[in-house]
Formats: sequence, structure tokens, C-alpha cells
Amino acid sequence: MPTILSIQDLTKTYEGGYEALRGVNLDINEGEILALLGPNGAGKTTLISIICGISNPSTGTISVGGHDSLTDYRAARSLIGLVPQEVALEPFETVLSTVQFSRGLFGKPRDPAAIEAILRQLSLWDKKDARIRTLSGGMKRRVLIAKALSHDPRILFLDEPTAGVDVELRKDMWEIVETLRQAGVTIILTTHYIEEAEAIADRIGVINKGEILLVEDKVTLMRRMGQKRLDIDLSTPVDAVPDALSRYPLEVNESGGLTYHYDTNADRTGITQLLADLSAAGLHMSDLHTSQSSLEDIFVDLVADTPADTSKEDAA
Amino acid sequence: MNWHAITAIYRFEMARTFRTLAQSIVSPVLSTSLYFIVFGAAIGSRIDQVDGVSYGAFIVPGLIMLTVITQSITNASFGIYFPKFIGSVYELLSAPVNFLEIVIGYVGAAATKAFMIGLIILATSFFFVDISILHPVWMMAFLVLTCVSFALMGFIIGIWAGNFEQLQLVPLLVITPLVFLGGSFYSISMLPPFWQNVTLFNPVVYLVSGFRWSFFGTADVAVGWSLLAIGGFTIACLAAIAWIFRTGYKIRS
Ligand SMILES: Nc1ncnc2c1ncn2[C@@H]1O[C@H](COP(=O)(O)OP(=O)(O)OP(=O)(O)O)[C@@H](O)[C@H]1O
Ligand SMILES: [Mg+2]
Repeated sequence: MPTILSIQDLTKTYEGGYEALRGVNLDINEGEILALLGPNGAGKTTLISIICGISNPSTGTISVGGHDSLTDYRAARSLIGLVPQEVALEPFETVLSTVQFSRGLFGKPRDPAAIEAILRQLSLWDKKDARIRTLSGGMKRRVLIAKALSHDPRILFLDEPTAGVDVELRKDMWEIVETLRQAGVTIILTTHYIEEAEAIADRIGVINKGEILLVEDKVTLMRRMGQKRLDIDLSTPVDAVPDALSRYPLEVNESGGLTYHYDTNADRTGITQLLADLSAAGLHMSDLHTSQSSLEDIFVDLVADTPADTSKEDAA
Repeated sequence: MNWHAITAIYRFEMARTFRTLAQSIVSPVLSTSLYFIVFGAAIGSRIDQVDGVSYGAFIVPGLIMLTVITQSITNASFGIYFPKFIGSVYELLSAPVNFLEIVIGYVGAAATKAFMIGLIILATSFFFVDISILHPVWMMAFLVLTCVSFALMGFIIGIWAGNFEQLQLVPLLVITPLVFLGGSFYSISMLPPFWQNVTLFNPVVYLVSGFRWSFFGTADVAVGWSLLAIGGFTIACLAAIAWIFRTGYKIRS
């Protein structure tokens, strides 16, 4: 797949001296959905703001559809739609006028049919003449999406589109994302909900303290880092791992059973031998179950492994 | 040029204007009428004529200027400050537009509104005094130039302002004194020589003088100087705005 967005050595130091981005490199393929995960303050919004032209980069280059984001900003920005993290809308405007405004601002001629289609898709058509301040929070978010889509962008940024949104609207958002993907729109979304990334993204990027820790295909990532866990329930609970089994990396779990971690990609999982040794040691299993570690576990591990904040040393 | 963007901004801002038109017009019309009653009728009855014009008529150009300058500044400063305040400016910053397009949209709308109000004040003044306009085309030209140049200044104030107090501060602290001391209500030839010279540093003097010339054919300073002053002021404001957008001052972190 061709690259539609390419970020090279991007850094951002805010006026106070805070280094929000420290050398970000990222290539995004046309038509994919990339989920950016990262804790609060990781630099997700900063990264998006710079790509969209809201903030200036300190160093580095960004190319959008082959257009440099600074020297050829008109062509670059025309390709991008942005749904910001914060709801920021003119309260006294109507839904229709604010969406029409967005389309014009991005250099497109008026097209009532296109605007109607977008508003209908987002279930906003009934509200087209309503003033923004009379809308619910979820509807305002949809208005932001409608504005971002009003000029048919090739790339859509969704900065935490589902934060503080009810289950139904969240499902709606996922559907909208799916529809857009089918139309060939490239989507970059940030989220704190790992199950969301798991559910809709093709690739997952993890960012922490201004650095991209990894970007990988979702399935590969889960397979590569995925560990399985085997829980063995015993008819007679134990306090410690029996000596006969000490060569296995076992732990005693909460219910007095044993827990075994293994890698699904390894040549041998060691399970057959373990179970044989278990009965040889005279332990009786009452039940067995396995579970796959989720993206959440992977994410927590990754972020926890990041070295401590070094911004103070760097600034000095 | 991204003409669609310019029209989008202009329409959007004009919609705001028309939504609040009644209140935008009522207060300047009311205060102008009060000026006419107090200055024109009460005080004017004791001042015969200034430069061969009745005092009531003499203050008309100054009053229009006072309103138009205040309106241009407040409209334009609010127009750009409000999106900054509520955060919707993100869209402007992420759009494929350059500074000139943004300025034409916002300043154009603010100037249009001020211009309309200027004409309404002019119409109102016909109820109070007899005036004839000697150079109507020049009158319009001065009015338009004033609206545009002060809307540019208002735009700068709107970007600079960090809160609503600062937004009010400049018009209150700088513009009102400059306008009042700019010969709106008197001919500067009435001042002692020293103050006459000081007044020449006040840009508003040139505006009011030129504008008044278009009405009555008499001026405090030569009309050429008036045009030069407005032209210079407009260019200075444009340069400041270009600098703001190049450096991202107060708008792009
Ligand atoms: N305008 C600014 N001036 C100074 N520092 C800023 C500015 N904007 C953001 N920062 C800092 O940069 C860091 C990254 O912020 P950013 O908003 O990009 O995080 P984020 O990953 O989007 O977090 P969240 O998940 O909370 O939205 C934070 O430490 C933040 O305080
Ligand atoms: Mg954020």
C-alpha cells in the first residue's frame, strides 16, 4: 500500500521548554486505520495538531500525499479532516451553517447534496436547523465529525472520538469509521480504550512521553507479544509450588491452583510434559483453562517499561 | 486565492451581524441622537458657526467617525477573539488558507457592518440638521478606508487579547481619547498653537479632517495628508498581521 502520510524526525518543544515530541517517525499507508494509544500527556494531540497545521513543529518534516506540510500547506491540508479532542463549536450557529462553513473554508464549492448526505449519515439531518448550544454532547461530537468530513478529506484524524460517549454512540462511531474505510479514507484515531483499538484498527501505534514505542500490525502485535496463560485448578489447593515441579515457571494463583505462562509462538509449549509431571507428583486437576493476554496487558507492559522521564536532563 | 474560504468566512460573520443587527444598530443610533441633542442643540445654540458651517452640521462627520471607528474595532476584534476563546479557531488554523484570505473574510465582514452603521448614522443626522455633502464619492471613500483600516487594527487586538478585559482595554484606553481629541467636535484651529502641534500626532485628526472636507470642503489638514495617513495606517496594520501569521504570535503554538 502506498504511503499517504510520512512523518520524519518530528520534534516539538513547547515555549516553556517542555519536549512533547522527541523524534517521531511514522509512515501511514493509504486506506488503513491506525490507532494511536498512549497515556495522558503522551503527545498524541500534539502530534495531530502539528500534522494538521495547528501547531508548528520544532524540527522534522511531514509529507501529506507527497505535499510538504509547511511549504505546500494548501495541498497538504486540503487532504485532511480533523475531529478535535475538545468540543469547540460556535454556540449560536446552526448545524447546517457551521458544516457549510467548514466546506467553504477548505476551498470546496457549495454542495447541498453532499452536506445533506453527511448529515444524514451522522443522524443529524433532523437537527440541521438547530443551534449548536441546544444539542447534546454526543450530537456536538457528530457535528465535529460532519465538519471534518464536509470537504471529502482523504485522511481523517479522530482525537479520542469516543471519550465520554455512551455505548450506542460509540458503536455508531465504529460504524462510521468502517463506512469511511470502505470509501478508502485513511483514518488515524487516538483512544484510551484498548478494546476500541483492538476492534477497529488495522495497525496499532503506542506513544509515550513523546516517543513512538512501536507501530505494528494488530494481529502480528498480538501474536508476537501475546502470551497465553494456563490456569490449573487443583482438587486440593496448594500454598507453594511443589518441589517436583520446581523446574517449571509456575505460580500459585488466588484459588490455590497453579498458573503457567507460555508463548504460543514457541516450538514447544511444554504443556504435555507439565501435565504428565503434575500427575506423577500426585496432584489432581479439577479443571484447566487458558486465556490470551489482551492488547491491554501488552500496552500496560510497554508503557511501564519506558525509562523514566528524562526531560529535565535534556532541557539542562 | 481560496475564494471559497473567503466567502465562507465573510458569510458566516455577516450571519452573526444580521442575527444581532437590531442591537448593533440601536445603541449607536441612540447615542448619536444624544450627541446631537446635547452638542448640536444645547451647546451648538451658543456656538454660531465653525469654518462657516453650523455647529450641528459641523459635528456630523466627527460623530460618524467616532461610531465607525469604535464599531470597526469592536466587530473585528470580537470576530477573531471569539473563535480563539471557544477554541473553534482550530479549524481556521488547519484550513488551506493564507493570512490574507482570513483577513479579507474577517476584516471585510467587520468593515461592512461598521460601514452600514456609518450610513445609518448619516441618515439619522438628516433628522437633526441640514447638511449637504460636497464630495459624496470622496465621502464614501474615506468611510470605507476608515472602516477597513480600523477593522484591521481590531483584528490585531482580537489576536493579541488574552481575555475579555484586554479586548475592551484598547478601544477604551486608546481609541476613545484619540477620537475625542481628534477634532470630532471642534476644529483644531480652535486650540492654542502648542496643542495644535501635539494634535498633529493623532492619526484620527487626519481622518476626521479629510472626512469633514468631503462634506464641507474645509479641512484642518490638507486632504492629501489625510489620505496618506489612512493609507500608511492600513499598510502598517497589514504588515503587523502578516508578521503575526508568519510567527504564529498568540495563535499557533
Ligand atoms: N500549548 C502547550 N504549551 C505547553 N505544553 C503543552 C501544550 N500543549 C500540550 N502541552 C504538553 O505536552 C504534553 C503532551 O500533550 P498532548 O495534549 O499532546 O497529550 P495527549 O497524548 O493528547 O494526552 P491526552 O490523552 O490527555 O489527550 C503534555 O505534557 C502537555 O502538558
Ligand atoms: Mg490529547
